[in-house]
Amino acid sequence: MGFVWFWLVAIMIVAYVVLDGFDLGVGVLHLFLVRNEEERKTTLASIGPVWDGNEVWLLAGGGTLYFAFPLLYASAFSGFYLPLMIVLWLLVLRGISLELRNHIDVGVWRTLLDGVFGLASALLTIFYGAALANVLRGVPLNGEGYFFLPLWTNWKPGPAPGILDWYTVIGGLVALVALTMHGALWLSVKTSGELEQRAQKVVTPLWGLLVALTAVSLLATIAVRPASLDNYFHYPVTFVVPAGVVGSLIAIWFWNRTHKAIKAFVASCAYLFFMLAGACWGVYPVLLPATTGPDNDITLSRAISGPHTLAVGLVWWLFGMVLATGYVVFVYSRFKGKADVHAEGH
Amino acid sequence: MTAELIHRLHFAFTVTFHYLFPQLTMGLALLIVVLKTIALRSGDETWDRAARFWGRIFAINFVFGVVTGIPMEFQFGTNWARFSRLSGGVIGQPLAMEGVFSFFLESAFLGLFLYGEKRISRRMHWFSAVMIFLGSWISGFFIIVTDAWMQHPVAFNRLPDGHFEVLSFWQLLLNPWGLLQYMHNMTGAVVTAAFVMSAVGAFYLLEGRGEAFGRIFLKVGVIAGVISSIVIIFPTGDLAGKYVARNQPAAIAAMEGLFQTQTGAGIVLVGQPNEETGQIDNPIVVNNVLSFLIYGTTKAEVKGLDRFPRDEWPTALPLLFYSYHIMAGLGTWFVLLMVVAALLLWRGRVYKARWALWALLLSFPLPYIANTAGWMTAELGRQPWLIYGLMRTSEGYSNTVSASNGLFTLIGFMGLYALLGLLFTVLVYREISNGPEEMMPALEKPAAAK
Ligand code: HDD
Ligand code: HEM
Ligand code: HEM
Repeated sequence: MGFVWFWLVAIMIVAYVVLDGFDLGVGVLHLFLVRNEEERKTTLASIGPVWDGNEVWLLAGGGTLYFAFPLLYASAFSGFYLPLMIVLWLLVLRGISLELRNHIDVGVWRTLLDGVFGLASALLTIFYGAALANVLRGVPLNGEGYFFLPLWTNWKPGPAPGILDWYTVIGGLVALVALTMHGALWLSVKTSGELEQRAQKVVTPLWGLLVALTAVSLLATIAVRPASLDNYFHYPVTFVVPAGVVGSLIAIWFWNRTHKAIKAFVASCAYLFFMLAGACWGVYPVLLPATTGPDNDITLSRAISGPHTLAVGLVWWLFGMVLATGYVVFVYSRFKGKADVHAEGH
Repeated sequence: MTAELIHRLHFAFTVTFHYLFPQLTMGLALLIVVLKTIALRSGDETWDRAARFWGRIFAINFVFGVVTGIPMEFQFGTNWARFSRLSGGVIGQPLAMEGVFSFFLESAFLGLFLYGEKRISRRMHWFSAVMIFLGSWISGFFIIVTDAWMQHPVAFNRLPDGHFEVLSFWQLLLNPWGLLQYMHNMTGAVVTAAFVMSAVGAFYLLEGRGEAFGRIFLKVGVIAGVISSIVIIFPTGDLAGKYVARNQPAAIAAMEGLFQTQTGAGIVLVGQPNEETGQIDNPIVVNNVLSFLIYGTTKAEVKGLDRFPRDEWPTALPLLFYSYHIMAGLGTWFVLLMVVAALLLWRGRVYKARWALWALLLSFPLPYIANTAGWMTAELGRQPWLIYGLMRTSEGYSNTVSASNGLFTLIGFMGLYALLGLLFTVLVYREISNGPEEMMPALEKPAAAK
C-alpha cells in the first residue's frame, strides 16, 4: 500500500510541475520575450483558461499527501513554515496580477502588474526547485519528527542547514531554467508568427544552460547525499530514469530545431517527469531524510496512514482521477490550436 | 501573546477573509443558472447580457476566492501540525476530495464559460453555467464535511499511537451534522447573492439608468431573497440550533447565555454575558421560549453552563454570545425586508418605491456580517475542543512555530489582504458603474481594453 501511495502522490506532483510549470515559465518569459501589447495579450491568452486548473494539481496533490502521509505533511509544512508562507504570498500575487491586468486599461498599472506576475512566477520556480533540493538534502528532524528551518544561513549544507545553501540554490536555478524553457516550448506551440520564432530561438540558449545545470545538480546531489545512488545500484534497470533525462534533453533539442513544437513540448514534459521520478527514486523509501542521523528519517512506513484510511481513499481517488483527467483533456481540447486574443475575454 | 492564540488568529483571520468570496460565488452560481435558463427558454438577449454581466463579477470574485483559498489548504500543516499529524487520515480525505471532485470541475467549466462563449453553442454555454454551479456547491459540501467532522466526529477509529483513521466513506460524507450545516450554510450563500443582486438592481433604478437590467436584477434578487431568508431561519437554522443543543450542550448554553440550568428556560433577546458573575447583564428575556425551540415543549430542562466544568466552557464566551445574536438578529431583519419587498414586487410597485430601493441597497453588507457571525458561532462554540470531545485546541497547533514567527506571517497576511480588499472593491465598483454591456453604449470599453 505504501509503495502505491508513494507513487500516486509522486504522479500528482509531477502533473503539477508539468502543467503549472509551463504557465510559470510563460510568466517568466513574457517579461522579455514580447515586444508589444498585442503579443503580450496572445501570450497571456495562451494560459488564461488553464492556469487555475493547473494550480488545482497542487491542491489535489497536497490533499492526497495530507491524508496518505499525515506525518510528512505536518512535519514538512510546519518545518518549512517561513518559505511556504512566502510561496503562498507569491501564489496570491501571481493569480491576482494575472487576473487584474484584464480589467485594467491604464498602461502604467498594466506594466506594474505584468512585472509582479513575471517576478512572482520566477521566484516561485526558484522556491520550488530549492524546496525539492531541501528534501533531497535532508532537514534537521528531531526525535518526534519535527524541525524548523531558518530562512537564511551560512550557505553550507550540513547537520544544521537552512533553506538556502549552495546546493539548494542549484536546485532553484535548475527549476528556473527548466520551467522557463518549458514555457518557451509551450509558447511555440500556442503562438504564431514572430512571437513563435522568438520563442523557438530562446529555447537554444536555455537548453544549453539546462544541460550544464542538470549535470551539475546530479553531481551535487551525489556529493551531498551519496546514498542517493543506492537504489540505482540495487536495481540497475532503474538507470533508465537518468537515461530518460538524457534522451529527453536530446529530443527537445532535436525537435525544437526541426520546428516540431508539440513534440518538443512533450519531450520537455518527459524531462521534468524523469528528473522528478529520478529524485523520488533516489530517496525512496525515505520521504524526508534527516541530517541528524538516519534514525530520525521520516520513512514511508512511519508516515503512512492507517489501512482503513488508505482503503477508503483508494476507491474514490481512482474514480476522481478518472473524472479529473477527463476535465483536463476536455479543456485542453476546447482550447487547442493557437491562442486567440480575439475570442472574447471577460 | 501565546503561540496558541496567534495560530488561532492566523487561521481565523485568513478563513474569515476567504469566506467573504465563496459565499457570493456559491450563491451567484445558482442565480446565474437562473438567468441563463430564462435566457435560453425565452430567447431574450437581455437575459443573456444580464448573465454575462454577473459572469464578470463572478469571475473577479472567483479569483479572489481561489487565491485566498490556497493558503487555507496549507495552514492545516503550517499552523496546525500536531492536529494534522493525528487527524490527517480523516481530515485530509474530504479536503483532497474537494480538489479532485470540485476544483477541477469548476476551473474547467469556468474557463469555458468566460472565454468560450463564441466557441460553443448556447446550450453548451448554459451547461457550463450549470457545471460551475455544481462545482462550487460540491466544493462547499466537502469543506463543510471537513468542518463537521471536527464538530461532530463520526466513522473513525483511533489507532494505538493516537492517529485517527476513517472507517467508512459514506458515514464520513453523510455525517448528520454536516448535512444540517450544509443546508444552512448554502442557504446563507444564496442570501448573500440575492441581497447583492437586488442591491445592484436597486442602484440602477435609483440612478435612473439601465431600467431593464435594474428590473431583472431586482426581480430575481427579491424572489431568491425572500425564499432563502425564510429557509435560513426555518427549517435550517432551527434544526442547526436543535442539533447543537443535543450534541454540544455547553456550546448552546454559551450561545444563549444560559448560565444556570433551567426548566422552561427563557430566551435572551439582548443582554451582555458577564463571566465573573455568571449572569446576563441588562437582559430582555422571553420566558419558556428556549425550551420550546430546542425540545418542542415549554417545560423541558435546558442545561446551563453550571453543568460543565469550567475548563469545558467555550473560551471566548461574550464573543460567541454576540456572534450568535447578531446572526439571528440579522436573520429576522432579512425576512422582514424581503417579505415587504416581495409584496411590493408582486404589486409591481417596488421599482418606484425609493425607500424600499434604498433599504435594499444599504442592506447588501448585512448577509456578509451574518455569515461571518455564523461561522464564528460554530467555531467558537466548538472551543475549547479542536476535535469535539477528543482533542483540545491547545494540543493541536504547531509548537515548533514560535509565536513571533506566527505573528510575522499573520501581519504579512493582513497587509496583503488589505491590498486585496482594496483592489477587489475598485474592480467590482468599475464593473458595476460600467454596467451590463450596451446599457450605455457610450461607455463601452474600447476594443483595446479587452
Ligand atoms: C445569512 C446568513 C445567516 C443567517 C441569517 C442565519 N445563519 Fe445561522 N449560520 C450561518 C449563516 C446564517 C452560517 C455562516 O452559514 C453558519 C456557520 C456554520 C454553518 O454551517 O452555518 C451558521 C451557523 C449556525 C449555527 C451553529 C452551528 C454550529 O455550531 O455548528 C446555529 C445554531 C445557527 N446558525 C442557527 C441560526 C438561527 C437560529 C438563525 C436565525 C434566526 C440563523 N442561524 C440565521
Ligand atoms: C472546512 C471548514 C473549516 C475548518 C476545517 C475550520 C477549522 C478551524 C480550525 C482548525 C481553527 C483553529 C482552531 C480553533 O481556534 O478552533 C478554526 C478556527 C476558527 N475558524 Fe474555522 N474552519 C473552517 C471554516 C471556517 C469558516 C468558513 C470560517 C469563517 C468564515 C471559520 C471561522 C473560524 C474562526 C472565527 C476561528 C477562530 C476561533 C477561535 O479563535 O477560537 N472557520 N477553524
Ligand atoms: C479551512 C477552510 C477552507 C479551505 C482549506 C479552503 C480551500 C479552498 C481553496 C484551496 C480554494 C481555491 C480552489 C481553486 O484553486 O479553484 C477555495 C475556493 C473555494 N472555496 Fe474554500 N476553503 C475553505 C473554506 C471554505 C468554506 C467554508 C466554503 C464554503 C462553504 C468554501 C467554498 C469555496 C468555494 C465555493 C471556492 C471556489 C472559489 C470561490 O468561490 O471563490 N471554502 N477554497
